[in-house]
This record gives sequence, C-alpha cells and structure tokens, in this order.
Amino acid sequence: MTEPSLTSLYQQLILEHYRNPRNQSEIEGYTAEAHVSNPVCGDEICIQIRLAEDVIKEIRFVGKGCSISQASVSMMTSVVKGKSCDQAIQLAGRFADMMKGNQEVAADISMGDLRALRGVSKFPVRIKCALLGFDALRKALQKDQDVDRNVYSKREMIQ
Amino acid sequence: MSSKISKPAQYPFSDSFPILNEKVSGKSLVYLDNAATSQKPQCVIDALTEYYEHINANVHRGIHELSRKSTIAYEEARARLARFIGAAEAEELIWTRGTTEAINLVAGSWGLDSLKEGDEILISTMEHHSNIVPWQLVAQRTGAILRYIEIDDQGRLVLEDFPDLLNARTRIVSVSHISNSLGTVNPIRQIAEQTKSAGALLFVDGAQAVPHRRVDVQELGCDFYAFSGHKMCGPTGIGGLWARRELLESMPPYHGGGEMIRTVGRDESTWADIPHKFEAGTPNIAGAIGVAAAADFLEDLTFEAIAEHERSVISYAIERLSSIKDVQIFGPKDLVERSGVVSFVMGDAHPHDIATILDGEGVAIRAGHHCAQLVMHHFGVSATARASFYLYNSKEDVDRLAESLGLVQAIFSTS
Repeated sequence: MTEPSLTSLYQQLILEHYRNPRNQSEIEGYTAEAHVSNPVCGDEICIQIRLAEDVIKEIRFVGKGCSISQASVSMMTSVVKGKSCDQAIQLAGRFADMMKGNQEVAADISMGDLRALRGVSKFPVRIKCALLGFDALRKALQKDQDVDRNVYSKREMIQ
Repeated sequence: MSSKISKPAQYPFSDSFPILNEKVSGKSLVYLDNAATSQKPQCVIDALTEYYEHINANVHRGIHELSRKSTIAYEEARARLARFIGAAEAEELIWTRGTTEAINLVAGSWGLDSLKEGDEILISTMEHHSNIVPWQLVAQRTGAILRYIEIDDQGRLVLEDFPDLLNARTRIVSVSHISNSLGTVNPIRQIAEQTKSAGALLFVDGAQAVPHRRVDVQELGCDFYAFSGHKMCGPTGIGGLWARRELLESMPPYHGGGEMIRTVGRDESTWADIPHKFEAGTPNIAGAIGVAAAADFLEDLTFEAIAEHERSVISYAIERLSSIKDVQIFGPKDLVERSGVVSFVMGDAHPHDIATILDGEGVAIRAGHHCAQLVMHHFGVSATARASFYLYNSKEDVDRLAESLGLVQAIFSTS
C-alpha cells in the first residue's frame, strides 16, 4: 500500500483558499446563521445565509482554524451560492461521500474547487476538519428563519 | 517486583521501549508527545503480563493463596510509590485513576466538606483543565470564589501578585509543579511557604514533574500532591494522591462501595482506615504493580542521569527550532525554569496542519490547546504545536523534527 501523499493533501488551491478566503465577512439581512466548533482542535466557523424563495442568495462566513477547515468552508460558500436549499443539502451529502473516498464525486465538475479536498479522504483524522463548514451549512439551513442572536458574541470570540 | 532491563541501559535508553521500533507512515517513529503520555519499557509490560499470568486475584478479601499474593503485590506497589515520592508512610498514598481523579477527589471530599460561601480557591491561568474544572464545580456548589494567579509573557506565574491574592479567605491554592502546555517549572517550595503562612492548603498537580525529576513531597512542603502513572512509563488508568495522614483522616469518603467500609448498617456505615477509605471498588491492581515497575526503572536509570540527558536534548531542540524561520517558541527563555515541553507556532501554518505533515514523516507531536485554553488565550493563539521530550528521545529525534518542519515550510511557501 502506498502512503497517502502530503502533496495530494496540501494542494495549491487549498492553501490559496486558506490565505484568501472567499465570502469572508458578515452580511446584511441574513435569514439563517449557525456557529460550529471542533472542541478537539479549537477550529470555529460561523456562517450567515440570506435565503429568498428557498434559494441561497448570499452566504458568508467568519472562522478560524486549520487550512483544511478554512479552505473547505471558503470553497463551499462559492459552490452553494445560487443553489436551492435542497441542492445545497444534497451537495453536503456528496461531499461527505467524497470524504469516504468516492471517486465519482471527486471527478464531478459541479463540485467546483471542493474537488481539491479529495486527498483528505486518505487522512482520517482530518476529515472532520473538511466537514466542519458543511456542519455549519446544515445547521443554518435547518434553523432557517430561527436566527440565533447569541451567535453575535460567538462571532466576536472568533475575531 | 523488580525491573527487568534486558540490555544494559544506555542513553537515550530507547532499547528498553519496544514501541520505538514501530514504523509510522513507513518511517521509524519519533515520538514527541510525551506530555500526553509516555511509552512503556519492556519491564513494565512484563510486570503486567506476569501479574495476569501468575498472580491475578482480587485484593483484601480472598482467603486463598492468589488473593494473598495479589494483595501483597498491590500493597508493596503502594509502598514503592510512596517511597518514590518521599511520603512518610505508604498509607498516605491513595491510588487513583490518575491526576485528574486525584484533583476531583480532593475537590469532592475536602472541598465540598470544608468550603463555605465566600471562601477562596486560588489557582493559576497556567493550569490544565483538570486543575480548573473540578474547582469550578466545587465553587458553584459551595459558593466559594475561584481566583487566579496570572502568567507573564514567558509563561511564568506572576508571583509578585501572590501575597496580595492570598488572604484570610483563601482556603486552598492549587497549582501545577510543571506546566503541560509551556514546560514552565514552578517554584513550589516558595509557593508552599507563602501558602502555609496564609493558613491555606497547597495542592500540587505533579503530572508533568514526577516523570522527569525526583519529587519529595515532604521537602516541597505541600499538603496534597498528585501524579499519573502513564506519564512516567507506567500503565494508563493508575495514579496517586498523597497527603499527610491527619489530613486524609479528617476528610470524608469520596466514593462509596466495597473495600472502603468497615461496617455497613441499614442507614449508615463506618469507614475503613486510610488509604482504603478512598478506594471504593476493585482497584486497578495490575496498574499499581505496573507503575511500581516503572518507578524501579526510573530509579535504576537515576533522575540525575535522566535530567542531564533531557537538558541536553531540550537545549538542542530550542536551539534548532529557534533557527527555523517563522518559528515562535512559547515559555520561559531560561532553561532552568523549563522542562521537556516545547510549544510553538510557525508562520501561517496552523498547528493542526503542522502535526499532519510531521505525522507523514513519522514524527508524532500534539497540536491544539493542550487542555490549557486559558494559556492559549493569554498568548492570543487558539492552538500551538507541542513537541514534548522524554528520556528515550535523542538529538537525532530533534533533527528529524527540524527537518520535518522544513517540509512544512516548503508546503506552506508554495502559494
């Protein structure tokens, strides 16, 4: 068995998203919001979504953590913008499949930049990092209109 | 049970540790996560095997031969560890699952019994979560107030503030002997003298000290001292709490059950003498015997030799890591004030990413908050990478660490 290669894990595109995250800020008039954290490593992500007629019109995040968690959420926000809630949830499911090593998803161009994370599947302890942003997405879409005001203090904590 | 070192011990003693022959990611293992747990020498593994193959039976209750043997081995192990930490008598050593349980025992027994509303518990922001949370729990239940000794920019206790923090309401001070996240060695004797003058008790978390240096609890002048077996070459799930006889006798039981009673009535019971009053249920007999073998092993090597070896490896590690671009090391600059922990960050490579890249090179370190979130807050970071050394690490291990950090640099400088 060949060892999983670090170069397959740390793709250029991942480091590029880590250093220049897309959609990183807060948004006016968001309709859903969620905060998630990984107590093991201290990574945190807070995402805000503005939905209109069940479509993700705007999605942004604030977060801190490792290159995998931060690149993953940055890529995810780029891919789900403009999609319906059902499509976004479906995408989260497909991404989870890719983390289990599903090659078909890893070759699917509709996954966009997220495909660069396919190498994470070879590093079981880091899969949770890649899924953190998707956990936030699911949580936000489940809550939808139910905006948690307490998240303000949590966002201050991140910054 | 005496130690069985198969080969003459030679620095860095790695021959005695079978796991160090393991390959990780196809490379020979460099184990630098010793502040989390140490590896086990063959003599400790043999002691466990021998116990289960030849002695195993419950203690203090069987009339049969194996139970007699098991009880003797278990109590001899207690006496061995009591001597190891300088206790006046074996009965002053309570077996626990580790340091965490020892702190919970004191907070739950002495704390709940003695603390009143407005009393003060003084700890420090350097503490491991296990020396914070049990005190928070007991403070919430008794109305006592939790206060903190702060740390400075080198991760040392700000002891200038200590006399002011100590007052007539201070009932207990609880600090670590050596910090798990920074390696800072605290001046326990000085802290003990001041605590005693203020009329308070001193609890010392010795989890990171007992593996590396000779500890004499009486000489330190503290009232409670706790340690974990698994960080000192012993098995997991065993550790100890030491306190003077009178103090232990004055404390109510912590857990109820078999072993800890003298008589049981319908409504109330009477307690066994110490140490058994605090050891309800079947204890970790094999663990106690294993940690006694670990104590033999460490004393055979001598702490003087261990300390000398570790000092040379740590000073080399700090020298090599300091010369790597973008590496920032936390903790005391003076080596006399620090132990075998090197906590660092490196440019914009997150500690979690550093640990993954090092793992790919067979180098095991820890990344995260090290159960010391108050320390992380102090330095304005959410996590650090931590290389922690022990007696079997060598300068070659430091070289492997430094070379692997070069790889981190290469990967993170590509974009």
